[in-house]
Amino acid sequence: MADTTAPFTARLRSARLGDMVRWDTVVGALLLVLLVCSFSFVDNFGNALNLSFLIGNTLPIALIALPMTLLVVSGEIDLSVGSTAGLSGAVMGALWNAGYPIETIIPICLLLGVVCGLVNGLLVTRLGLPSLAVTIGTLAAYRGIAQIVLGANSVTDFPQQYLDFGSGRIAGTFIPYAAIPWAVLLVLAAVVLHATPVGRSLFAVGASEEAARFSGVRVKRLKLSMFVATGFVSALTGVFWALHYASARYDNATGLELSVVAAVLLGGIDFDGGRGTLGGAVAGVFLLGALQNVMSLVNVSAQSQIVVTGVLLVVSVLGPRVARQLSVARARRRTLTAPVVPAAATAPAGGT
Amino acid sequence: MTTTMEPVRVAVPASRGLLDRVLKMRELAILAVLVLMLAATQIDNSAFLSQQGIKDLLLNATILVLVAVGEAMVVITRNVDLSVGSVLGITAFAAGDFLQGGGNPLLAVVLAVALGAGFGLLNGLLVSIGQVPALVVTLGTLYIIRGIDSIWIGSREITAGVLPTGFIDFGHNGLSALPYLAVLAAAVLVAVAYFLRNYRSGREFYALGSSPEAAGLAGVPVRRRILAAYIACGALAGLAGALYLARFGNVDSGTGSGYELTVVSAVVVGGVAFTGGSGSVYGVALGALLLTSINSVLPSIGVSSVWVQAIDGILLLVAIAVDRILALRVAGILRKRAAETRSARHG
Repeated sequence: MADTTAPFTARLRSARLGDMVRWDTVVGALLLVLLVCSFSFVDNFGNALNLSFLIGNTLPIALIALPMTLLVVSGEIDLSVGSTAGLSGAVMGALWNAGYPIETIIPICLLLGVVCGLVNGLLVTRLGLPSLAVTIGTLAAYRGIAQIVLGANSVTDFPQQYLDFGSGRIAGTFIPYAAIPWAVLLVLAAVVLHATPVGRSLFAVGASEEAARFSGVRVKRLKLSMFVATGFVSALTGVFWALHYASARYDNATGLELSVVAAVLLGGIDFDGGRGTLGGAVAGVFLLGALQNVMSLVNVSAQSQIVVTGVLLVVSVLGPRVARQLSVARARRRTLTAPVVPAAATAPAGGT
Repeated sequence: MTTTMEPVRVAVPASRGLLDRVLKMRELAILAVLVLMLAATQIDNSAFLSQQGIKDLLLNATILVLVAVGEAMVVITRNVDLSVGSVLGITAFAAGDFLQGGGNPLLAVVLAVALGAGFGLLNGLLVSIGQVPALVVTLGTLYIIRGIDSIWIGSREITAGVLPTGFIDFGHNGLSALPYLAVLAAAVLVAVAYFLRNYRSGREFYALGSSPEAAGLAGVPVRRRILAAYIACGALAGLAGALYLARFGNVDSGTGSGYELTVVSAVVVGGVAFTGGSGSVYGVALGALLLTSINSVLPSIGVSSVWVQAIDGILLLVAIAVDRILALRVAGILRKRAAETRSARHG
């Protein structure tokens, strides 16, 4: 009973917060403006082939961004996603070389992703380790295992119908086949985060873990399941990556974690947890993806694209905070409590 | 005043003594692992610890030690700098470009350090003034600096042939088994360790990392210390860049990419916790030495190099897990002791 009323009060409060909602909208609007401008002014942007490239190349990031958003909302992070994807691709290649049918390989890969997520989640929740340190460790470990499994080989001879699924698009449209499972996962993640008690618990845990625990949220189990979901989707992405680029190598998806984190943060998901919307994350993902696509079309070098990504990332976190600080400072000046602050600050210094 | 001061004075030496012992245990543990590993390798392959072998071990560790010591200063203040790999790359190229144009080697090193400090200043300003999470900001500057680096360098590269021979010799030679680079790194290490341990401002780095809020209330200039940590980290990454050039003589636009993860691993294996306020740079230097030594040990005992990365990662996990378990133990002991003193006072 309490669960059904909680979302409403919480939503009211988040509407009052305002600034976060505005940032989502800003990113969404930026994406819209970018798309409109690109359709009208950039040659070759609007044709079906380019759009399918754009979506196909962005899908790995878009896939992992879904569980990553939920994880970051709950105040944790997973940097091992790229390595998990690489490991799942490597295992896929190795098993295929060993002669297993692909119908058994893919479930094994997905199961492997669950295990990877479980390892991360258990280390974080049972031992109470910071997820950043744990997943930097597993980032190296999973990639290393991928290297052990597949060595320097690359496997390319997957069955044609699967390769077609990985790189083909729905007849008559620009939408890749693989966008369909993504859309399903998107709906699932959106419903879980924004319309279920689980989602509200995630926000609660991210805002204050202790308070959430005292109000009856099973924090550890919740976080563990989020790590498992992230591992699962990462492995799925690894399978997709190998099929999409028709190559399973141990170094597939290297550095993907930074792109995912950049996109999610750009979408207004607060790294401290407790804030953000899935719509913002998706807008962030496609804003970065579309921007890179457009810059390539108008012959901006890959190097300049990296700079733009970095600047966007810094601005996306700096902008809202500076605005908030300014408004706080203005409010403080208005209430004239300023004289108290320097007095409190100088007293201990003078005492020592 | 005295009544409020007394319990503090009683509590501090006890907890510090215990904590110190644990930290020392930590460094000893790394040292023991390192010595055991080297000894085992030496028994297996008697050519391993030849004069050249020792020199190679030290040379390999030098650059990582420098960057990791800088990173440790930042992590101690409960922040992180992910841009060190990019800074190393761009400063190495800057020094190389300067030398290629006939510049003075010493000036080239100064230039690299200054450039690194400049990037550190940028990071520090964004983190301390903007008050944005360090992870996000330095992830952004990782991209930005790498991008600028790539635009500037393009497909050019610096090779050992265009550098002054004196500079290259400095990167390779040394006093018998002791390379000059390692001597330089050791000097930096001792200086930083002395500063962090004995200077008031050095202690404030730890205070800040333990509890930024409490440190601020106690009159620690929080923003200035964070800024200083980032500048030092950038400067050391710059110095490492110049030494990288001297050691390898070969720099292109990919130099140092992905290095940040190795550096962070060395810091964490070395016992500096991500939560800030603990660890020592000696531990970090040992951690860096351990990580780079593994890379030399595995091939020489016939393990394929494909195992290196997995072992690095697992080592990091084991290190932080052991740390955590130790910390829980210590907390338990402290709590018990506090309970005993409380009951003793009441009784």
